[in-house]
Amino acid sequence: MLILECPNCGVMADETELSAGGEAHLKRFGPGSSDEEFEGYLFHRANPKGVHFERWRHANGCGKWFHAARCTNTLEVFATYTAQTSTVPDTVIAAIKAKRPDWSHET
Amino acid sequence: MRRYSAFAIAREAARYHQGWERAWASPEPKRAYDVIIVGAGGHGLATAFYLGKNFGITNVAVIEKGWLGGGNTGRNTTIIRSNYLQDPSAAIYEKARSLYETMSQDLNYNVMFSPRGVLMLAQTEHEVRGYTRTAHANALQGVKTEFVGPERVKEIVPIINIDGPRYPVLGALWQARAGTARHDAVAWGYARACSDMGMDIIQKCEVTGVNTENGAVTGVETTRGTIGCKKLGVVVAGHSSVLAEMAGFRLPMESVALQALVSEPIKPCMDCVVMANTVHGYMSQSDKGEMVIGGGTDGYNNYTQRGSFHHIEETVRALVETFPMISRLKMLRQWGGIVDVTGDRSPIISKAPVEGMFFNCGWGTGGFKAIPGSGWGFAELMARGYSPLTAEFGLNRFREGRFIDESVAAGVAH
Repeated sequence: MLILECPNCGVMADETELSAGGEAHLKRFGPGSSDEEFEGYLFHRANPKGVHFERWRHANGCGKWFHAARCTNTLEVFATYTAQTSTVPDTVIAAIKAKRPDWSHET
Repeated sequence: MRRYSAFAIAREAARYHQGWERAWASPEPKRAYDVIIVGAGGHGLATAFYLGKNFGITNVAVIEKGWLGGGNTGRNTTIIRSNYLQDPSAAIYEKARSLYETMSQDLNYNVMFSPRGVLMLAQTEHEVRGYTRTAHANALQGVKTEFVGPERVKEIVPIINIDGPRYPVLGALWQARAGTARHDAVAWGYARACSDMGMDIIQKCEVTGVNTENGAVTGVETTRGTIGCKKLGVVVAGHSSVLAEMAGFRLPMESVALQALVSEPIKPCMDCVVMANTVHGYMSQSDKGEMVIGGGTDGYNNYTQRGSFHHIEETVRALVETFPMISRLKMLRQWGGIVDVTGDRSPIISKAPVEGMFFNCGWGTGGFKAIPGSGWGFAELMARGYSPLTAEFGLNRFREGRFIDESVAAGVAH
């Protein structure tokens, strides 16, 4: 079972306590943007086989949102971090690179 | 290719079965083909088959990372039905269902299509209204279905508990001509027919890159060298996003794990397929006697081909209330597959942003039933550039807001 540490309340939460919220750090586009940008924001997903940044909610716990860096191919969790950021923190990138030296972060 | 027949069995029986040929060849890849299909699952092989049969295009390679039919084709619960709400869905699934009826004869390969009927239970008032609407839509689409009451459900499936308490059966959408087929045989039958037409089926050959020139596809890099092509059809289900990334674009898709399980074999007790969408479960009995059970998907992106245990628990818990007799069944095996779920839960059968490249993906949790129809339409799209069967399933529908919204219409077990 997938276990993530909630950075808001510090609980090691089983996935039955959590609800997945999809890809993190999507750039929002609204009125005034092009059709392409809006389509990309609404539907296009990286869906990588490997390192994935994603949103989670500690639904049956503290109820708050957070982010996680996780490998979709091995279910290895590299880090969980606050949702109050629009970019991946350097500490999280370092944690991933420590385990995956060949991995590079695309923005 | 020697045809399979009762006569062939007698002939081989008389000579100790020494004369059976290999069903398909295992050739080395050539340097180039007219068409390369990536993915030798049901949809990929069906595409190759109809390219040859309907359009005479036989300089085709089907390349496969693992082994033939070893992905979701070999992992599904083999349900075939076409009782969809939206017209484009009903058209392609009904085409597929009708092709399944004659597939054994067409391929000279017994796919064991068994039109045993599919019941989709209505266990809430909303589902009663939803399925009544679907039955009306199906009548207009020419798909034979009917909404039946709880007593008729009990007649069709005596082992069912229609009284609840939590999940009473209020009725069901009944498609008598739906059913099941032997999933592996579908892949094997198509592979044998493709090989017979001179197509190359190349297994253990993983695509590692897509080669393009001036925005047009020229071939693929594989673990067995560069293979050139004029047209490239990508039919790789859960790994579609990975192939799209190789070609430099994103798809409106996420890959998640879907699980199924089978029980120990028991005597025949249920001669149709029962789907219960409210409780995320569906069940049928295989010819071996195992109860084949499918559940819901996990909520998060996953490529590991295994799922979370609590989903199985939820599925089985709910099914036990509907089928009290299965409470003492032992479960034998459980497995998972990676399914590609799109933004509107309907498939993508489309030209790609790269010239000469085509995608057939996004079948999500319900691709097996569509194999022949999908192959038929995708082959037409690749050969002619347009197919009435697939026209509504283009990638552009996400930009234009023309969704085929079966996720609302059909519930989760889609």
